[in-house]
Amino acid sequence: MTLRPFALRSPTPMPGWGLSFGVMMTTLSVIVLVPMAALLWRGFIGFGPAEMWEVVNRPRVWSALALSFRAALIASVFNLVFGVALAWVLVRYRFPGKRIIDAAVDLPFALPTAVAGIALTAIYAPNGFFGAALDQAFGLKVAYTELGIWIALVFVGLPFVVRTVQPVIEEIDRETEEASATLGATRLRTLTHVVLPTLTPAALTGFALALARSVGEYGSVIFIAGNLPNVTEIAPLLIVIRLEEFDYDGAVAIAIAMLSISFTMLLVINLIQIMSRRRMGAV
Amino acid sequence: MLISPLFPQRFGAGFRGTFAAIVIGLAALAGPAPQASAETLLNVSYDPTREFYRDYNAWFSDWWVKQGNPAPQIETSHGGSGAQARAVIDGLAAQVVTLALASDIDQIANKTTLLPKDWQSRLPHNSAPYTSTIVFLVREGNPKGIKDWGDLLKDDVQVITPNPKTSGGARWNYLAAWGYAQTNGLDPKQFVADLYKHVPVLDTGARGSTTTFAQRGIGDVLLAWENEAYLAVNELGEDKFDIVVPSVSVLAEPPVALVDGNLTDANRPLATAYLEQLYSPEAQALAFKHYFRAWDTSAADPADVARFPEVKRLSIADFGGWAKVQPEHFGDGGIFDQIYQAQ
Repeated sequence: MTLRPFALRSPTPMPGWGLSFGVMMTTLSVIVLVPMAALLWRGFIGFGPAEMWEVVNRPRVWSALALSFRAALIASVFNLVFGVALAWVLVRYRFPGKRIIDAAVDLPFALPTAVAGIALTAIYAPNGFFGAALDQAFGLKVAYTELGIWIALVFVGLPFVVRTVQPVIEEIDRETEEASATLGATRLRTLTHVVLPTLTPAALTGFALALARSVGEYGSVIFIAGNLPNVTEIAPLLIVIRLEEFDYDGAVAIAIAMLSISFTMLLVINLIQIMSRRRMGAV
Repeated sequence: MLISPLFPQRFGAGFRGTFAAIVIGLAALAGPAPQASAETLLNVSYDPTREFYRDYNAWFSDWWVKQGNPAPQIETSHGGSGAQARAVIDGLAAQVVTLALASDIDQIANKTTLLPKDWQSRLPHNSAPYTSTIVFLVREGNPKGIKDWGDLLKDDVQVITPNPKTSGGARWNYLAAWGYAQTNGLDPKQFVADLYKHVPVLDTGARGSTTTFAQRGIGDVLLAWENEAYLAVNELGEDKFDIVVPSVSVLAEPPVALVDGNLTDANRPLATAYLEQLYSPEAQALAFKHYFRAWDTSAADPADVARFPEVKRLSIADFGGWAKVQPEHFGDGGIFDQIYQAQ
């Protein structure tokens, strides 16, 4: 990996470097860094690593963490595949109602997550529209099971993949696909060797964003999950339970556990991204 | 251009101006705190009192003006009782708290100096102007024949109740079941553990459970606040649900308290009168109207009073008081946690 030289001077001829850097640092500090530091401070200095480990190292906490990350991963992989397909359709084809569908992709951003949770539960509950049909046809229960959590997280994460991949698809040169075809590549080979590699970095970014978003999702999930300890209890709910007990330290411990797992995952995704970008050359 | 969430593409440092911008930004945060004026009052309450306090605030404003005072501006905030208590602990400037559990107000007294530890003895009836109890809401015609707590353990019965860790009302549900077992010579821990095996969904709040039961059609019986049960019946149709009153239930006393630390000399009379008038015959009549079991029936509509059937009600003192019950049953590693660890 080559590192750029670390410059203490303005890298562009444009003025305002110091000011813009200051604004960036202030905003980031006030909104992100200081609260995060306070969280870590409270956990490691105020509470102590051994005490935190004792809070986290219990079967119920592990099963909630496993559920949260498993459901987020499954939902994000689903979003990765279908989000890319959806973005492809939206960019490459013309059909009636395209603009409406394009706008509808953003709805999960706009809707309060509690509303989404209630709406999804209403539809997927055993007496709801899909819920009743799925139950009758396959004996499949969706609401109040892990399946329900997946669906809520797919809903929440979908726009992240679509919106990061869409502009990249718009910029793909169709001529490369045509060139690939005229050189005798099959459609599948064109897809796997020409189209998908250009999309990989963007798709991974979308995947990482969707994953990060769904791991911490609380509002919509608590309505559709049954919240049964060890079965459908998500880690954010455990944090809320700790707060209800006025046990701020316990809440901080679980929060830091989630934070470290998320950070490690995002780090790995970023490394994969860097590797894929290097393999692609300078994209 | 792709944006990597973790690794910025470019990093350099030109710290001229940086520091100034940070200082300006932080200075903007430390503005003066808003001052409470004499005629405003913030009542921080819990969920099921929404309808009652809407009526009471209107009545009290009229009454206060009739005493020769300027019209007050009263605001009421509703939410889960524990979350509301935390908001006050964290600095929400409520002059008055009206919460579901004495233990929530105890937490405010323990964690802050906003009110004295003996707050509960400052008003009549343990500072509870109205009370409630836990009843069963069942589907029309009571198809599973549920009459009492013991029927909830039948094989094909599903019970809906919120999570006692996150809901004040759910703690009363749990205690009512515990009390029934104790009264009838059963092992209470085993009884409660068996009961929670019949619970398919643990919502985080009482309203959530009502929705799960009434709108989603899950479960055969909902353990609910009496006023929530009546509300569900009235709002969602009398032909859909029946209310069953078990042989033993609880005397839930949702307490009210002045938050002395948030009072000024100017608004203390208003806040004090606001709580004292909750015990007036007119306010008590309003409480009856909103399905609370209040104390003073003199001004109440007799029909509102008559609809409450007699039930043996255990008070929190019968369980040893909140200071003992809260950590023993609902604290970290308490009996409720043990029930789920054993499964």
